Amino acid sequence: MLQDYLPIVILVLIATGMAGLVVLLGHLFGPRRPSARKAQPYESGMRPIGPGTRRMPIRFYLIAVLFILFDIEIVFLLPWAVVFKKLGLFGVAEMLVFILILLVGYVYAWKKGALEWE
Amino acid sequence: MIGDIMTSLWAILPVIVLALWACVLLLVDLWLPKDQQGSQQGESNSPITPLLAALGMLTSAAIVIARIGQPTMGFGGMMMADGFSHFICLLLLASGLVTIGLSHDYMKRLGIARGEYYVLLMFSLSGMMLMSMSADLIMVFLSLELLSIPLYVMAGIATPRPSSEEAALKYFLLGAFASGFLVYGIGLVFGATGSTSLQQIVAVVQSGNYNLALILGGAALIITGLGFKVAIVPFHMWTPDAYQGAPSAVTAFMSVGAKTAGFAALLRVFVLAFPAFSADITPVLWGLAALTMVLGNFAAIAQRNIKRLLAYSSIAHAGYIMMALVPYGQDGLSADSVASALFYLVAYAFTNFAAWAVVIALEQAGEKGLELQDYAGLGRKHPALAAVMAVAMLSFTGVPPTLGFVGKFYLFRTVLEGGHVGLALIGVLTSLVSAFYYLRVIVVMYMQEGEPEARREPWLQAMAYGSAIGVVALSIFSAPLLFLASQAVLKLF
Repeated sequence: MLQDYLPIVILVLIATGMAGLVVLLGHLFGPRRPSARKAQPYESGMRPIGPGTRRMPIRFYLIAVLFILFDIEIVFLLPWAVVFKKLGLFGVAEMLVFILILLVGYVYAWKKGALEWE
Repeated sequence: MIGDIMTSLWAILPVIVLALWACVLLLVDLWLPKDQQGSQQGESNSPITPLLAALGMLTSAAIVIARIGQPTMGFGGMMMADGFSHFICLLLLASGLVTIGLSHDYMKRLGIARGEYYVLLMFSLSGMMLMSMSADLIMVFLSLELLSIPLYVMAGIATPRPSSEEAALKYFLLGAFASGFLVYGIGLVFGATGSTSLQQIVAVVQSGNYNLALILGGAALIITGLGFKVAIVPFHMWTPDAYQGAPSAVTAFMSVGAKTAGFAALLRVFVLAFPAFSADITPVLWGLAALTMVLGNFAAIAQRNIKRLLAYSSIAHAGYIMMALVPYGQDGLSADSVASALFYLVAYAFTNFAAWAVVIALEQAGEKGLELQDYAGLGRKHPALAAVMAVAMLSFTGVPPTLGFVGKFYLFRTVLEGGHVGLALIGVLTSLVSAFYYLRVIVVMYMQEGEPEARREPWLQAMAYGSAIGVVALSIFSAPLLFLASQAVLKLF
């Protein structure tokens, strides 16, 4: 059974071998002229602006969590809508339970003031 | 089809009631009048929330009790509400109720009384109860997550106290890591047998059409994943830090609830699905049990902080319960194995809650009053509390007339019947070692001078005395409890 995987193993070996070889050749023959510019962290070719660890309002964290909550809801709602007719009443009930549970979380977040920016 | 769903939901009704109740309670708590005096931001001092939570647990317990003796199955065999799960569920719900009693005044005193705490407690409990019913590896994983995630939050509920946050983070990171092991193990078992249902796995194993190496690897990874949760050596590294940093009431719940649920899953999976491989698995369990007992007890000797001491003691006791699992595959012994493990879990729960109740009574703001030296003079100043602690320590050691003694007696009997004399010997010797540090607590309490301050909170005291009386009374009348435990047989189909 394991013999079927032999081509994959060979492919993995060739791929890592080639990659290693290229890096090695560059390392051996490439010229090295370090400068202050080159030693900077790479930021899409731009000159880096400010430190990388800037402070962000913690409120973004709550927004991100809420985003995930409703993102997941959509992830489930879309395929459910596609097969809605096949699932029938059972599907409606199941989705109702799911949304109700999310709704509890939503009301909780709302009442706790997670949606207020000030 | 509707009928199918109804029977399925009916099978897990106690859990549904608990989870729904928690959802409603989360909303109810938002609109409850808050006690403004002395309350910090985001804090709810309403005494109604814990009362409602307790009511939900009692309702769930009533449903479980009403169903004793009627095993039901649901979701195509994924969930199994049998005598075993009834027993575990009742133990868990009782633990939840005791935890509410321990927490109520304690959380207020520390200024961290939040209504969400009780909601999280109920969610975690529903996960634990589901775990005891899971007859499918996927359900074991799902319920493990459901029990763990609220526990991570509960460990960090004393935020912004750094130690509590550290405990939560450590527990979360290592718990997530452990879940990975469990899922990988489930994957390997699925690869070997083509199913995650215990029932199907047994059928495949009987037909002989499986890959032995894969299934053993899967079993080993499942032991690793669940071993993290029940804190057996060498998967115990998080335990002392998490137990010390988390609020004491949470630690008490964590040590009893997570251990009970973890062992419930281990027992069900191994006794039902893997008895055919006991020749290979038993030596591993033997080694883990021996290692856990030795390391847990020896490491506890060096502890000066009472919470760390109890953490190492909980590791050591995981080792003792693990002993029951060792002869799980021998003919006619699996029932004994399950019964003695269940009995010891009850003994551990009672003893542990008694000890933690005293710890909570003596804890002062700012994590003071937790050193062993702070217990000096307790015997003179608060004789009742000292007596509770002494009973707990004697029960941990295994001295009659306490529940710990009876529990250890049945454990050692099971191990000896399985023919593992060496392991029983290690168990007895490490119990002797444990006597050193448990009795030291008693010596400090009664023979050293000091002025300890203890709280007089009615619920806390009720829980402390109740647990201690339970430890002694149930040891004298242990026959009915053992009968119940031996009735809690695992049903496969």
